[in-house]
Amino acid sequence: MVERVKPDPPGYFEGESMTRRHVFTVASQAIGGIAAAGIVLPAVGFAVAPIFHRGKERWEAVGPVSDFVEDTYRQVVFTETEGIGDAGKTTAYVRKSSEELGEEPGKMVAVSNRCAHLGCPVRFVEAAGNFICPCHGGVYDFQGKRIGGPPVRPLDQFQTRVNKGQVEVGPRYSVTSQMEPVRARDPGEFTGGIWEYLYPPRPSTFPAP
Amino acid sequence: MPSFPKPKIPDAVVPPPLRKPAKPGSAGTPKGQAPSDLKEPPEKKTAGDKLLEVGKEAPIDALGWVDQRLAASGFLTGMLFRKVPKGTNWFYTLGSATLFAFIVQAVTGVFLAMFYTPSATQAYASIAHINNEVPLGQLVHGMHKWGSSVMVILIFLHMGRTFFFGAYKYPRELNWVIGVVLLILTMTMAFTGYLLPFDQRSFWASIVGININGTGPVVGPYLSDFLRAGPELGATTLSRFYAIHMLLVPGAIIALIGAHMYLVVKLGTTAPPWVKAERPKIAAPTSQLEAGANGNGRANGDRVNGSDGA
Repeated sequence: MVERVKPDPPGYFEGESMTRRHVFTVASQAIGGIAAAGIVLPAVGFAVAPIFHRGKERWEAVGPVSDFVEDTYRQVVFTETEGIGDAGKTTAYVRKSSEELGEEPGKMVAVSNRCAHLGCPVRFVEAAGNFICPCHGGVYDFQGKRIGGPPVRPLDQFQTRVNKGQVEVGPRYSVTSQMEPVRARDPGEFTGGIWEYLYPPRPSTFPAP
Repeated sequence: MPSFPKPKIPDAVVPPPLRKPAKPGSAGTPKGQAPSDLKEPPEKKTAGDKLLEVGKEAPIDALGWVDQRLAASGFLTGMLFRKVPKGTNWFYTLGSATLFAFIVQAVTGVFLAMFYTPSATQAYASIAHINNEVPLGQLVHGMHKWGSSVMVILIFLHMGRTFFFGAYKYPRELNWVIGVVLLILTMTMAFTGYLLPFDQRSFWASIVGININGTGPVVGPYLSDFLRAGPELGATTLSRFYAIHMLLVPGAIIALIGAHMYLVVKLGTTAPPWVKAERPKIAAPTSQLEAGANGNGRANGDRVNGSDGA
């Protein structure tokens, strides 16, 4: 077989490290990649931006201090998410803090009715003194600590303050099993200890009080 | 073994041979002879006959015109008259049934979108309007609502058929993978569509569904925020689910169904597992078989070694 010597391509010179064809291939692919990234990156950023966005802190008056007592809850409804009508409202059970339970006196306690299992609405059952979830049978004691069923942590709470004699409820926060406040977690997520790393706090929530 | 007659391919889909038009005078006919059709006296045709003839030929002509440019008839006849294995039965229709359910969803979905408002404050009212006031609105909404369950059931049955018949094995693994992606996309459609009526059931079911997503470690909380477009289920959640349900996933499903069906046609279907493969008519040379038997018993694996030894 006769070995044919390939003629040098036009423009070839000794010591050439890259052929003309290779340069153009790389350049056109790079330009195409930049153009594609210019379209895709803003679109993806647009879709994931809400993860990093924290809304305005919102406080709402729910009634005068005299409406609330220490030994039972009063149900209040207030807006948590604005702009979607009734769907944005949420329910909290509010009482005065109780020294008998080892709480700091003179404060208001607002317990969220969102079950810590998967987010169904729990109800405070006065006769039992417990919170009971209708979906999967989660049970919480008077303070909101889990005493039965599938929930993974106590009920969430809302920050409270008293302003001109009116009780105001503010941002949501979660608590550990020792009732230490942490940043708000979604239902179904454990709190405290190593779980603080496995279910990291989200930038869209407010710092714990 | 009964042999089935070859299916007759309709003339309409067979393209006419491509050839140059005959040159006047010379080509096509032997030299010195008039073209054969000129020999016979032309029949007398009425205008009606001519019109009928043209009318009869028109669809075929039109089809031929398209096909000469598209060259699709070869592919189409190959696809429509392809052979299927012995033992093919009703279980093999589950894939087509799923496709049909998807088409029903697509068509009814398009018409529902004409009346639906993806806004947190108006969605429920627009669904009530569809159900109570739009003519046949309840029927179309019902087809879409119940059809989604039908599609989920059918796609699972189709997957079960593929699994239990072993139809996922070589060379069809890629089609199994595409099918699994289609299953996930179908579940995504069912999940995102559930929120759209924005009634109590939709609202709480979506909250529970999103919170289940959130229980995944490390990425779960961020995934929940992504799905909700914020820390709480809100107005943007509905429009986000609507966009995923209407625009993002259907396009992906259509593209993947195309790939799925291309592979089905390309690779063919499998026979059910209870149909035994026929033995090849031509037996292997006896010397090789004997040589294999003399060895360590692996007749196939040691064929080369065995024949060397003999």
